[in-house]
Amino acid sequence: MTKQLVRKFSYKRLILTDEKRFMAQAQLPLNTPPGMSGDSAKEHPKAWKWYDYFTFNIDHKVIGIQYLVTAFFFYLIGGLMAMAMRAELLTPDSDFLDPTLYNAFLTNHGTFMIFLWIVPAAIGGFGNFLVPLMVGARDMAFPKLNAIAFWLNPPAGAILLASFFFGGSQTGWTAYPPLSLITNNIGQSMWILSIVLVGTSSILGSVNFVITILFMRVPSMQLTQVPLFCWAMLATSVLALFSTPVLAAGLVLLLFDINFGTSFFKPDAGGNVIIYQHLFWFYSHPAVYLMILPIFGIMSEIIPVHAKKPIFGYKAIAYSSLAICFVGLFVWVHHMFTSGTPPWMRMFFTISTLIVAVPTGVKIFGWVATLWGGKIRYTTAMLFAIGLLSMFVIGGISGVTLGTAPFDLHVHDTYYVVGHFHYVLFGGSVFGIYAGIYHWFPKMTGRMLNETWGKVHFILTFIGTHLTFLPMHELGLQGMPRRVAMYDPQFISLNQICTFGSILLGISVIPFFFNALWSWMYGEKASDNPWDGLSLEWTTSSPPLIENWEVLPVVTHGPYDYGMNGRSATTDKAPSESVS
Amino acid sequence: MKQIPVSLLTLVAGVVIAFFSLWVGQNHHLLPEQASEQAPLVDGFFNVMVTIATALFIVVQGAILIFAIKYRKPKDDDSDGLPIEGNFSVEIFWTAIPALIVIGLGIYSVEVYRAMGGFDPAGYEMIAHHHGASSAIAKMPGSAMAAPIIADSEGTISETASAPVEKKYGIGATPEEEGKAASLVVDVTAMQYAWIFNYPDSGVTSGELHVPVGKDVLLNITAVDVIHSFWVPQFRLKQDAIPGQPTQLRFVAIKEGDFPIVCTELCGSYHGGMRARAIVETPEKFDSWITENQVAQQQESIQTVATNPTDLPTSEFLAPYTKEMGIDAHSLTHLHPGAIVSSMSN
Repeated sequence: MTKQLVRKFSYKRLILTDEKRFMAQAQLPLNTPPGMSGDSAKEHPKAWKWYDYFTFNIDHKVIGIQYLVTAFFFYLIGGLMAMAMRAELLTPDSDFLDPTLYNAFLTNHGTFMIFLWIVPAAIGGFGNFLVPLMVGARDMAFPKLNAIAFWLNPPAGAILLASFFFGGSQTGWTAYPPLSLITNNIGQSMWILSIVLVGTSSILGSVNFVITILFMRVPSMQLTQVPLFCWAMLATSVLALFSTPVLAAGLVLLLFDINFGTSFFKPDAGGNVIIYQHLFWFYSHPAVYLMILPIFGIMSEIIPVHAKKPIFGYKAIAYSSLAICFVGLFVWVHHMFTSGTPPWMRMFFTISTLIVAVPTGVKIFGWVATLWGGKIRYTTAMLFAIGLLSMFVIGGISGVTLGTAPFDLHVHDTYYVVGHFHYVLFGGSVFGIYAGIYHWFPKMTGRMLNETWGKVHFILTFIGTHLTFLPMHELGLQGMPRRVAMYDPQFISLNQICTFGSILLGISVIPFFFNALWSWMYGEKASDNPWDGLSLEWTTSSPPLIENWEVLPVVTHGPYDYGMNGRSATTDKAPSESVS
Repeated sequence: MKQIPVSLLTLVAGVVIAFFSLWVGQNHHLLPEQASEQAPLVDGFFNVMVTIATALFIVVQGAILIFAIKYRKPKDDDSDGLPIEGNFSVEIFWTAIPALIVIGLGIYSVEVYRAMGGFDPAGYEMIAHHHGASSAIAKMPGSAMAAPIIADSEGTISETASAPVEKKYGIGATPEEEGKAASLVVDVTAMQYAWIFNYPDSGVTSGELHVPVGKDVLLNITAVDVIHSFWVPQFRLKQDAIPGQPTQLRFVAIKEGDFPIVCTELCGSYHGGMRARAIVETPEKFDSWITENQVAQQQESIQTVATNPTDLPTSEFLAPYTKEMGIDAHSLTHLHPGAIVSSMSN
C-alpha cells in the first residue's frame, strides 16, 4: 500500500512540474496493469513466474521476451530450410529435394526469416522490451493491444508450418501473379493469411511505439536525451504505418483472385500483373528498413557503451533514421527495373535509391568515429557490433551498385542480389539481434551469458557469413540466376564453398543456443548495470521490476555522456542516478 | 577525427589507395565476356563503381580495423574514453562527399542507360507509324498472344502500322540507331519452361535464338502463362516477359558464340531448367540457317496459322515446336500437365 501511495505521489509531482505533458501523464494510470491502478482489487505478483511467459500477459517485458523466443524458434526453422536448399545446391542437378519442395523451402525460408524472425525479434522483441525502459515509462501506451499484436504471431507461424501439409506456398516471398494464381492455391492462400496476420501485428505494434515514444517519456527527458534506439523505433514505426496497409491491400486482392474469381491480376481477363508488383514493393522495400532501422538503433546503444565514449553526432544519427524512413518510401521500383516500367521510372528510382546511401553513410561513419578515442571492451556484444559494421559496409556498397538501373539490368534476380541482401540482413540484422541479445540478456534475465562461448559463437558466425555469402556475388555476376534448384556445372566450386559456409553457420547456432539456455537457468547473476550503461534501463534491477521502477527515475544527463557530467577519465562509478 | 589529410603519411596512403582502386577497377575480371554493344557500356560503369567501392572499402574497413586495435581498453583501466560528441565540419564532410559520389553515379547511370537505348523502347514503332515505307520491316505481327503462331503475316501489315502505338517497356534503339528500324525482328515467347523464337520476316520458328553478328536486332518479348525474364549474361541485358504486357530488348551482338539464355524470374518448379541458347553467327551462316528452316517448316505453318493458343492444351500447342526445342513430346507432357494454360483462361 505504501508503495502505491509513493507512486501516486510521484505522478502528481511530475504533473505539476511539467504542465506541457499534463495530458500524456494524466493518461498514465490507464496504461498500468489493472492491479496497479489502485481502484482494482487485483494485485499482480512481485515477479513473473516461468509460466507467465506462456500466457496473455500485458507486461511489455514479458511480451518482448515472448517475441524474441518465438522469433528464435522460427529462425531455427527458416535456417533448416536454408541448409536443405544449400544441400540441394551442392551439386548442379536437382537431386536432393523435389523441385516443388525446393520452391516451397525458398519461399518459406524468406517468409520465416523476414516476417517471423527479423521483424518480430528486432521490432517486437527489442522494441517492446527496451522502449518503455529507455524512456522511463512503466509500460507501453496500450498494453493490451501490445499483447494482442504478439499473439497474432504464433498463429501466423503455425499457419505457415501447416501449409506444408498442403505443399506450401511455392512462388517466392514475392508471390508474383500470375504464378501465385496458378500454383498450389491452398498453400498460397494460407501464406497470404499468415502474412496479413503478421502485418496486422506490425501495424498495432507501430501505433503503440509512436505514442509511447512521443508522449510517455519521463517528463525530465528532453527530446535530445532520448536514446537513439527510440529514435530508430520511431522512424521504423512511422514507416510500418505508411507501408504495411499497402501490402495487406495487395495480398487481399491476390487472395480474392485466387479464391473468389476476381481478376485484378489476371492478364487474360483484363487484370494487370504490374500493379501487384507496385503494391508489393511499396511495402516490401520499406520492409528492408523495418529490418535494419531498429538494428541501427541497437548499434547506437551498444557501441558507445562498450567503447565508453559518447556517440559521435547524436543529432546526425537521429535525423538520418528519419531521413532513411522518408526516402525509403520512394525507392521501391528499384526491385522492378527489368519489369514493366518506363524509362523515366527506372531513372527516377535509380536516383532516389542512391540518395538513401547518404544517411546510411552518416550512421556508419558516426559509429566508426565513436570507436576513435574510445576504450573498447571486447565483449561478445561489441564483437558482433563491430562485425556488423564491417559486414554492412560490404552490403551497403553492393547495394549502391544494385540501385543503378543500367547495372541492375545485368544482375537483377541473380545470386549477386542474394549475396547483397544476405550481407545486409544476415551480416546486418541478425548480427545486430545477436549483439542486442548479448548486451541486454543480463537485463532481461538477471543472468550473464557465458562470454567464452559467446566469442566462439561470434567467430563461427563471422567466418560462416563470409564463406556463405561472398562467393554468391561472383556467381551472380557470372550468370547464375537466383531461385533455381539446378545450375550450370561451371558454378560448382563456388556453390560448394557457399554450402560449406552454410554448414558452419548452422553449427554456429549451437553454442549460442546452449549458452542462452544454460545461462538463463544457471548463469552468473548479473548486476543492475554490468556494462556501465547510462540509459535508463540500467537504473532498474536486473531483471526489472514488474512496473520497471519503484519510483520513476529523473534524467540528469544524456544516454551517452561518457567522460562528461562528473564522469572523468578515472571514475568508474555511475553518476548520481538520483531518484525523486 | 578525419581531418583534411595534412600529414605526408595520409597523403601517401591516399595516393596508394587511389592507384590500387583504379587498378582493381580495371582488372577485377568479375564479369563474363562481352557479346553485345551494351556490354562494354555496362562494364565501364561497373568498373567505375568497383573503383569507388574499393577505395571506400579500404578506407572504412581500414579505419574500423585500426581504431579497433588502437583504442582497445588497457588492462585495469575502467575510465571513459574521450568525451567527443561530434564535429560539425567532419560530419558535413562525410555527408557531402557521399552525396557528391551518389549524385555523380546517378548522372552517370542516366547517361549509360541512355547510351544503351533505355530511353527509346518502342521508338521504332513510331517510325513505322509515320513512314509507311519502313513498316514492312518493322511490322508488329498480330496481338501478343498470337505472335508465335502467325508464321506469315503479310496481310496484316497495313493494319498494324496504322494501329495506335502500343506501350512497350524495355531497351530500345541506341542514340545512333534511333529513328531507324531494326534489321532483324524476332518475336520471343516465354512459357513454362521454354523459350520460342519466331522470325516474322521469314516465318521461321525455333527453340534457339540465332542472330547475325553486328546487326541491329529487336526482340519483342511476351509470355503466355506466368512472368519470365529473358537474360543473356554476356549481353548484360535483361527484360521480364510479362503476360499481357509486351516488352522488348534491342541490341547488336558484337561477338560470335553460343551464349546461354537464362530465365531469371521464378516461373515454377522447373524454373532452373528453363534455358535456351543464343547463337551469334556470321550474317552468311545466319541466312543459310533461316533458309534451311524456312523449307523445313513450310508445311507446318499452314496448319498453325489458324489456331488460337488459348484453345489448346499447352502440350498440343507446343507439339509442332518440340523438334526445334530439342525435347521430345514425352518430356513436354511431363512438364505441362496441360491444365495450366486452360486454368489461366478461365
